[in-house]
Amino acid sequence: MSSPDLSPRRLLGRLTSWDAAIIGVLILFVIIASFTVDNFASSRNFSFLVLDLAPIALMALPMTLIIVTGEIDLSVASTLGLASAVMGAMWEGGLPIETIIPVCVLLGAVLGAVNGTFVTVFGLPSLAVTIGTLALYRGLAFVVLGDRAVAEFPASYTDLVTGRIGDTGIPLLLIPLVVLGLVFAVVLHVTPFGRSLFAIGANAEAARFSGTRVTRVKFWLYVVSGAVAALAGVLWTLRYSSARADNGTGLELAVVAAVLLGGVSIFGGRGTLWGVIAGALLLTSLQNALRLADVSNEALSVVTGLLLIVSVLAPNLASNSHAALRRRRRPDPPPPASPNPDPAPSPTPAVRSS
Amino acid sequence: MSLRSTRPGSVRRLAPVAVGLVLAVGISACGGTTRDSSAGDTSGSTGAAAATANPDAPIREGLKIAFLPKQLNNPYSDIEAGGGQTAVTELKGDYKLVGPNDASASSQVSYINTLIQQQQDVIGIAANDPNAVCPSLNQARDAGIKVVAFDSDAAKQCRDVFVNQATTQGIGETLVKMTHDLTGGQGDIAILSATPNATNQNAWIAVVQEELKKPENAGMKLVATVYGNDDDQKSFQEAQGLLQTYPNLKAIVSPTTVGIAATARYVSSSSYKGKVAVTGLGTPNQMREFVKDGTVSQFALWNPADIGYLAGYAGAALASGQITGKQGETFTAGKLGKYTIGADGEIVLGPPTVFNAQNIDQFNF
Amino acid sequence: MTTAPPTSTGPAPSVEHDKAAESRVGLILRARELGIVLALAALVVVTAVVNPRFLSGQSIRDLVLAAAIIVVLAVGQAVVVITRNIDLSVGSVLGLSAFAVGSLLQAAPGVPVVVALLVGLAFGAVCGLVNGVLVRFGNVPALVVTLGTLYVYRGIGFFWAGGQQINADKLPPGFLAFGTAGVLGVPWLIIIALVVVLVAGLYLRTYRSGRELYAMGSNPEAARLAGIPVGRRTLAAFVVSGALAGLAGVLFAARFGTIDASAGTGMELNVVAAVVVGGVAVFGGSGTIWGAAIGALLLTTIGSALPVLGIDQFWQQAIVGALILLAIGTDRVVAARIAASLRRRESHVVS
Repeated sequence: MSSPDLSPRRLLGRLTSWDAAIIGVLILFVIIASFTVDNFASSRNFSFLVLDLAPIALMALPMTLIIVTGEIDLSVASTLGLASAVMGAMWEGGLPIETIIPVCVLLGAVLGAVNGTFVTVFGLPSLAVTIGTLALYRGLAFVVLGDRAVAEFPASYTDLVTGRIGDTGIPLLLIPLVVLGLVFAVVLHVTPFGRSLFAIGANAEAARFSGTRVTRVKFWLYVVSGAVAALAGVLWTLRYSSARADNGTGLELAVVAAVLLGGVSIFGGRGTLWGVIAGALLLTSLQNALRLADVSNEALSVVTGLLLIVSVLAPNLASNSHAALRRRRRPDPPPPASPNPDPAPSPTPAVRSS
Repeated sequence: MSLRSTRPGSVRRLAPVAVGLVLAVGISACGGTTRDSSAGDTSGSTGAAAATANPDAPIREGLKIAFLPKQLNNPYSDIEAGGGQTAVTELKGDYKLVGPNDASASSQVSYINTLIQQQQDVIGIAANDPNAVCPSLNQARDAGIKVVAFDSDAAKQCRDVFVNQATTQGIGETLVKMTHDLTGGQGDIAILSATPNATNQNAWIAVVQEELKKPENAGMKLVATVYGNDDDQKSFQEAQGLLQTYPNLKAIVSPTTVGIAATARYVSSSSYKGKVAVTGLGTPNQMREFVKDGTVSQFALWNPADIGYLAGYAGAALASGQITGKQGETFTAGKLGKYTIGADGEIVLGPPTVFNAQNIDQFNF
Repeated sequence: MTTAPPTSTGPAPSVEHDKAAESRVGLILRARELGIVLALAALVVVTAVVNPRFLSGQSIRDLVLAAAIIVVLAVGQAVVVITRNIDLSVGSVLGLSAFAVGSLLQAAPGVPVVVALLVGLAFGAVCGLVNGVLVRFGNVPALVVTLGTLYVYRGIGFFWAGGQQINADKLPPGFLAFGTAGVLGVPWLIIIALVVVLVAGLYLRTYRSGRELYAMGSNPEAARLAGIPVGRRTLAAFVVSGALAGLAGVLFAARFGTIDASAGTGMELNVVAAVVVGGVAVFGGSGTIWGAAIGALLLTTIGSALPVLGIDQFWQQAIVGALILLAIGTDRVVAARIAASLRRRESHVVS
């Protein structure tokens, strides 16, 4: 490693890279909120925040990989609900929780495989397929459990989800979250497999010709997404100690918002997992702080919607004005080896033109 | 890293793993944590029941009392919370109203957490799911906050008292009596309820079914119970479906404010007007038009503002140490007078009011 | 605007016309819509056999009245989807417009129904314009924009309503009567829905600018090169969808009489389902307004038939989901057939 390059151009590139910006915004926001919003910086609030963050962040991990390949999965929240309903029905049926949890995760993998099959084998657009399964899985959840709620899950398990490490105030749930986050980050940014995801998103045709089995890869991404969503469903059920068919309704929007806010391109081929984690954190802590500051619920939904639009609009406008700036400075067209605004880990330089 | 397993060509290698996992699951099924083995281990409530009540303790001023109804922007909830506000103002407390837009328990939990952070003295809650809000409410009680459930109870081990709008028996009897008056005690009747798991409605329906077994009600036959999910449009369509499916229907009983308004609106605009009676529980403002146009001749309800009012006073009495939530303790709730806590910390508001063309204009809620 | 003769002058930038292939393609496409009509007929027959009262006058009236609102929404959605976009904000726009018109009538009961309809249309058009501007000038995918405005419009509605509910007794009787009354026994709601379907259907079928929407949907790049003002047409499509959602809001208010800020929540899913089930391809470029309208009618009929058939109401959403999957799967097969028949034609020409 050489000393950091502090030339103005490099710095500008860093600053205009959206995921770096979002991390900066997150840090700034947390600092401001800690000083201005009462009780925001308390350890108890931190553990509430992590509990609210967990399902969104969990589902955002595989969602990032899927969106990087240029697809989408809108059925995650319904998968969460179906897993929760099945968990409730099995618990009511007297099965042991040690059986129920792996069965639910397996079920999620199967639901993901159904998505994957429609998208890869039949070649249907993932947006339409997962809108369909969004309705289908949620509907099946209601078929399984109706409008009932199953409660009284064992305290030994619910405490695991809501508990904290000793007296530290650090929630236990943070550990699996961090571990999974690291696993996904390494897979996406360090391994050849991760690089192939960016290649698929940038140009699926080219990726296929260069030897990537595009359909296979996408299929397994959906399987993982389903399994993780079901795991989120299990955690959700244990956290609230209540299995219901409508658990997590509408959460897919928050997940997609977090991913896009984190700087992943909706067109695929660009994004970092760090940005996504920062995006999810920003979304959750913003809502948390607004609630603490007694801002009404209506404002929350307006803010979520605006964030979603801005997160996609801003990078577009930024890159447009950036490009315009470059064009004005240099009348001749920039050479093909123009500096890539993406941070280092992005493995497909030069594919994406701004 | 799991990378290899997701590489192409690994499907066949994964299959045995999956089979193994299923087997392991099957084996573990023989000795795990089941519903039965964990029964009774869920409560885990600490509570602060050790304290004794001092009936003469003065009501503290400046109490921070927060109301968390099922849903904001719902007229019924707003009236309830409005009653709470009146009580808190009378008690010189600090009133706060928070709540979700979507009537979900998980959003309520987020708000309970926020209220804990803000160190309120009392939380008044109408629970969307009696169990899902339980762990958070117990955290609130551990933090010294008194919890008053109103309208819709939370599990009883996680609240101090519950303000019940009326006794279940009383409401069920009123419903049957009104139906008897309207049908002359003869013919098919149907119920259009809220959601299939709505605790209140199901308890009332159970009483209705018991009442119908009595000889004086033997002429009335309950042919169907359907659910409008407290959604206006859905209730409207279910009312439609009932009338299509049961041609001999004499009355529709809807023990929910959304359901009765939707049913009355449908019947008033259809050819069934005047032939099929509509009754149940509704607010005078929503039903006024249908009483005036003759679709509905009587219906009942408690005054929702009084529920919030009573909940506000009960919360203040708890926070001031006048009561602790034990059976037999008494306190005074402003203009409503003196109340005694019943079994399981229940406080009953009183019998419901029956509204008709003569008295409806005296009420505005 | 001068009327262009049907089909022949349409720009159709990618494919030139050939009578035989076109008739074969047309046949397959018609078969697609015929399929929905048959499904609808089968459903009605089965339900009527189980319970003949399903075909009573009152019952049919209720069914079509309920369908009218979703048909209007589906027409707007179809226009947007044909251009390879999507509008998820329609449910929120409906709620906002219903509340706006309700408040207006509450404040000024003398306002004639026509004005209420126009206000709703205008209100929706503004919402649609915002969507269109963001899509066109922000270069943001419609999915993301309308997902965002779904939240924003709903939030604005909640702000505005602030817990207030507009009850039937606060609305002028003339407006409420409009929800059920009609001409010669045909309710106004149905007349309006039919007019919307006919106008939009004919426009897309016959007019040059209507055909251009298809060209944009099937290949935006080629459409641009062929000189179609893609940006302006996209904007127009969103304005139409918004305006129709606003109109549907007025119909909703008249039909149900009770309006709060949550009116129309979650309706976008049913509307997209109706359009997709009706044979409009989600990736744009094909499908008809008629198909979308029949799709909406089918979904509404399923909703009313389930309770009559004694099927648990919880199945409804699952059935909707399965239908969407079935529909897009069918479309893929249809598209493959069309491609094959076009290829066959080409090989004839070559040899």
